[in-house]
Amino acid sequence: MAPAAASRRLPASERLRRSLGNGRVSAVLILLPPALILFTLFVILPLGESGYYSFFNWNGYGAPSDFVGLENYQRIAGHSVFHKAVGNTVKIVAISLLIQMPLALLLALLIFRKTPTNAVFRLIFFLPYILAEVAAGLIWSFVFDGNYGVTASIAQSLGMDSFFILADRDWAFVAVMTVIVWKYFGFHMMIYIAALQSVPEDLIEAGRIEGAKRLQIVRYVQIPHIKPAIIVSAFFAIIGALQVFDVIIPLTNGGPSNQTHTIVTYLYTFGLTRLNIGFGSAVGVILFVAAITVAVFYQRFFMKGDKA
Amino acid sequence: MTRGHLLRNILRVAFLCLVASFVLAPMVATVLGGFKSNAEIRTNAFALPASWNWEFYGSIVADPAFWRYLGNSMLISSVAVVLTLIVGAAAAYVFAQIKFFGSRMLFSYLLLGLMFPFATAILPLFIKVRDVGLLDTWWAVILPQTAFSLSLAILLFRTFFEQLPKELFEAAYIDGCGYVRFFWRFTLPLSAPILATVGVFVFVQSWNNFLLPLVVLNSREVFTWPLGMMQFRGEYVTEWNRTLAFVTLTLVPAIVFFLAAQKYIVAGLTGGAVKG
Repeated sequence: MAPAAASRRLPASERLRRSLGNGRVSAVLILLPPALILFTLFVILPLGESGYYSFFNWNGYGAPSDFVGLENYQRIAGHSVFHKAVGNTVKIVAISLLIQMPLALLLALLIFRKTPTNAVFRLIFFLPYILAEVAAGLIWSFVFDGNYGVTASIAQSLGMDSFFILADRDWAFVAVMTVIVWKYFGFHMMIYIAALQSVPEDLIEAGRIEGAKRLQIVRYVQIPHIKPAIIVSAFFAIIGALQVFDVIIPLTNGGPSNQTHTIVTYLYTFGLTRLNIGFGSAVGVILFVAAITVAVFYQRFFMKGDKA
Repeated sequence: MTRGHLLRNILRVAFLCLVASFVLAPMVATVLGGFKSNAEIRTNAFALPASWNWEFYGSIVADPAFWRYLGNSMLISSVAVVLTLIVGAAAAYVFAQIKFFGSRMLFSYLLLGLMFPFATAILPLFIKVRDVGLLDTWWAVILPQTAFSLSLAILLFRTFFEQLPKELFEAAYIDGCGYVRFFWRFTLPLSAPILATVGVFVFVQSWNNFLLPLVVLNSREVFTWPLGMMQFRGEYVTEWNRTLAFVTLTLVPAIVFFLAAQKYIVAGLTGGAVKG
């Protein structure tokens, strides 16, 4: 900031004149407020209002007046559908960490080198990620349709009865998780590929000359090197699990008998569609606390000093 | 190449093809399904259609509602991108160029949006949008979307602006160029790569967004394409071929766009992610 340093040696009045003259103050006053206003109005204020509304029994009309204290939270805590929704969210996290990320890592290791065939596979694996979640949900609700879909064809050719997996209490969520893995493994793979490409080739070559096996190189050179990327991708998996919504609506809409809700579909179904604004806001607050907790915990334990 | 190498390579490619078929099969069945009669979908979802019926695709392409949905989405996403770029870059420019009392605090404040999911505040957002009379208008989608995109945009912009050569500003300053003019004349034109990355990112998010339009839009005239698609699905529940044709037609722009902007999408998603 050379101009600022120069002006520091001038008398106060001159400094003020200059800073007005080159538009320092007016720059701040012109360029900053639009962002501050938009952000405050549509992000921070609604967030605060979530907290406020959550203490009321309110259908959204008129001003909230029926103060119920923590009753909304108590009702949520005692609602079996909410327990199911939280359980489902945990399941998505588990599937992401145990199946999706290892699969993505394996694929990344197989195709991170820049060759034409690898580029084609990379493109294919990334394809589901760029589709809208609603479109992905619709495609798979066709696949899983016991009357028409791909599973119907397969069942028929095997001589089995059609199976309506999305209408099955026990299996519907397995189907949902399949779609989630299908949709997002390419994203995690891309993160790993970007990281793997930054592992110095000499390091791998050195290992090879020392007689290290392929797996040893993976274990002792490549994986340690991309650890920051793995940590970040796990973070995205967890935060993503907290937000799953679009995919569920076309697939199961939370059914059968509320077995496949996530926290957000729960919020939408029981808060918005029934205009229980207070109740839904309380769900929103819980979601907020969960997200912040994950973020803070993660920062503390995994990203300490890690600038990667 | 040794035999062990060859075998390993065959296994590798076989595995990759297996995963690729898991990825592609549902999409292929979708594209082909749009050409089939319902009876045929039922008996064979994967095979090529016995006869290629263009009528389902044709009827959607001929339907003005389909184009209106796409047009609405295009308009909403474009305005959201332009707003995010201008408003976000302006704020980031202040944080990068001008140190003033409270600037660090305001910067952290604007990054709060990175911390929590959009859905958290969706109900109060609905109430607010309704109370100011924006319900069922494009602005009801554009403004909250822009506001939520600002955090990431400001973070990425500021980092980029700080790396621009300082000498440039000093030279311009001596020539009597003020901060605001410098922003328009130099900072923005020099920042094309980061503007493109953020722009593409915001566009894709907005284009695919479902929850917000679902909550704040009611009438078909203003529907975005995901809403239109769900509406269409609801109308033709028993006719998968029509829905599949619709889905296919919406996949096409997404894939074309991705191929065109691949560089920015991958950079924005993974580069940003890896750098944290």
